[in-house]
Amino acid sequence: MAQGNNSIKKILIVAFALCIVCSVIVSTAAVALRPLQQVNQELDRKSNILNVAQLYEPGIDIEEIFQDEITARVVDMRTGEYTDKFDPDTFNHFEAARDPATGRTLSGDRDIAGLSRVENYATVYLVGNPNNPDQIVLPIRGQGLWGLMRGFLSIEGDGNTLISIAYYDHSETPGLGAEVNNPRWQAQWEGKKIYDEKGELSPEIHLTKGGADGEHEIDALSGATLTSNGVTNMLQFWLSPEGFGEYLATFRSGISQEEAQETDVELESEGA
Amino acid sequence: MADVTPKSVLTAPIFQNNPIALQILGICSALAVTTSLSVSLVMALAVIFVSSFSNLFVSTIRNHIPSSIRIIVQMTIIASLVIVVDQILKAFAYEISKQLSVFVGLIITNCIVMGRAEGFAMSNTPGLSFLDGIGNGLGYGFVLMVVGFVRELFGSGSIFGFTVLAPVQDGGWYVPNGLLLLPPSAFFIIGLLIWVMRSVDTDQVEENEFKMKENSKPKEAV
Repeated sequence: MAQGNNSIKKILIVAFALCIVCSVIVSTAAVALRPLQQVNQELDRKSNILNVAQLYEPGIDIEEIFQDEITARVVDMRTGEYTDKFDPDTFNHFEAARDPATGRTLSGDRDIAGLSRVENYATVYLVGNPNNPDQIVLPIRGQGLWGLMRGFLSIEGDGNTLISIAYYDHSETPGLGAEVNNPRWQAQWEGKKIYDEKGELSPEIHLTKGGADGEHEIDALSGATLTSNGVTNMLQFWLSPEGFGEYLATFRSGISQEEAQETDVELESEGA
Repeated sequence: MADVTPKSVLTAPIFQNNPIALQILGICSALAVTTSLSVSLVMALAVIFVSSFSNLFVSTIRNHIPSSIRIIVQMTIIASLVIVVDQILKAFAYEISKQLSVFVGLIITNCIVMGRAEGFAMSNTPGLSFLDGIGNGLGYGFVLMVVGFVRELFGSGSIFGFTVLAPVQDGGWYVPNGLLLLPPSAFFIIGLLIWVMRSVDTDQVEENEFKMKENSKPKEAV
C-alpha cells in the first residue's frame, strides 16, 4: 500500500466517496424494490386472513377473493360498536396501542396476555354479508414462550363458535410450540364454544392437557406447555370485555333476538 | 496456504480448507439457519453473493484504501451488499425472508466474509478475489447443506419440505428428534463432520501445541 494513502486528505476522500457510492446503491435498491415488498406484505396479510377463514386454497387469486368475500371494519372495543373514525385499510393496531389517544396501559392481573399496552380500536374482517356475517376474523396477539405471537382467530357469525386460529408471526420452538400452525391441531378448534350458556362476558374457552372433552376445551400442544398457556391467556384476554367481549356480545344477543322472534312467530301461527 | 491459482481458490475452501470445518469461522449462523434445507440453501446463496462481491469490490479499490480505516471500509461495503440482499429477498422470496428474519442482516457479522475481505481480497487481484469469495461461500454452503440435511431429515422427517419419514404428529410412524430442531444440535453435527473430514484428509489434523502431562497417580498426590 502506498504511503500517500494514509494522509488525512486521502482518508477523508476515500471515506466520503465510499459513503456516497454505498448509500446510492442501498437507497436505489430500497426504493426500487419497495412496491414489490409492499405487495408481498399485503398479500401475506390477506392470505393469512383467508387462511384462517378457511377460504384459502393454493392457486386462488387472493386479491379477488378478498375483495368479494371480506369486509374490513374498525371496532371500538370498549363499546363493541363499529366506528368510522379510522379507515380500516390503513388502521394500524401497533401504532394505535402506543398512542395515548387510542390505546391504554394494562397492569398486573389485567395484562394476562403480556401486552403491557393495548389499543381501544381494532380492525375486524367480516366474511360474507357485513350486516350478518358468516364468519368474523379477529386479530389477536400475546406472549408465547419466546416472544410475541400474532395471529387471527375466526369465529362463526353467532359470536360464540370457533372456526380456526392461525399465527402469522411467532418465534416458538420448531416442532413443539411452532405446532400451533399444524393444520391437524388447528382442525380441532372447529365447533368449540367460547362462552358458556349463561351469556356471561368472560370466556370459558381454554387449552387443556391430556385430552379435551368439553365444548370449551381444546387439546394443548404436547411438549409445549408454555406456548399452550400463552394461547389460553391470549384467548382469555381478547375474548373478554378487555378485548372483543363487548363486540361479540352484540352478535350473540342478535342471534338470541332472532330466535326469540322466530318463537314469537311460531306462537302466533299456533294461536291463529 | 498453497499456491494461488483460479482453480485452487475456488475449490480448496470447499473441502481442504473449509471455512467452517477447518477455520472454525461462521459457526453462529450455521447453528441458527440450518433447521430446514430450503432456508439453508437461501442463506448459502446469500453468503456466496455477499462474500464474492465484497471480495471483488474490496480488491478493486484495495490500492486506495487507507490502512487506518480499512476495516471500516470493508464493513461498509459488506453492510451495503447485505442490505441489498435483504431487500431483494423481501421482494422476491418473501416467505423465505420471513424465516431467515434477522439472520440475513447478521451476514454482516459473519466472520467468513470479513475474514476473506481482510485476508485475501486486500492482497490479491479482483478476479481471484471474486473466485475466492465464491469458493468460501460454497464451503460455507456445503457445511450448511450437510447440517441442514441431517437436521431436517431427523428433526422433522422431511427433505426440502417433502415428507420422507412420516412423523407421528401427522399420523405416521416416525418420532421426530426434537433436539435436532434446536440450535445446539448443530454443534454435534458440525463436530462429527469435522471428525469425518479430518479422518479422510489427515493433513487437516492440527499438531498439538503442547503435550499434556499425564495425570498424577493418587499415590503421588498424597
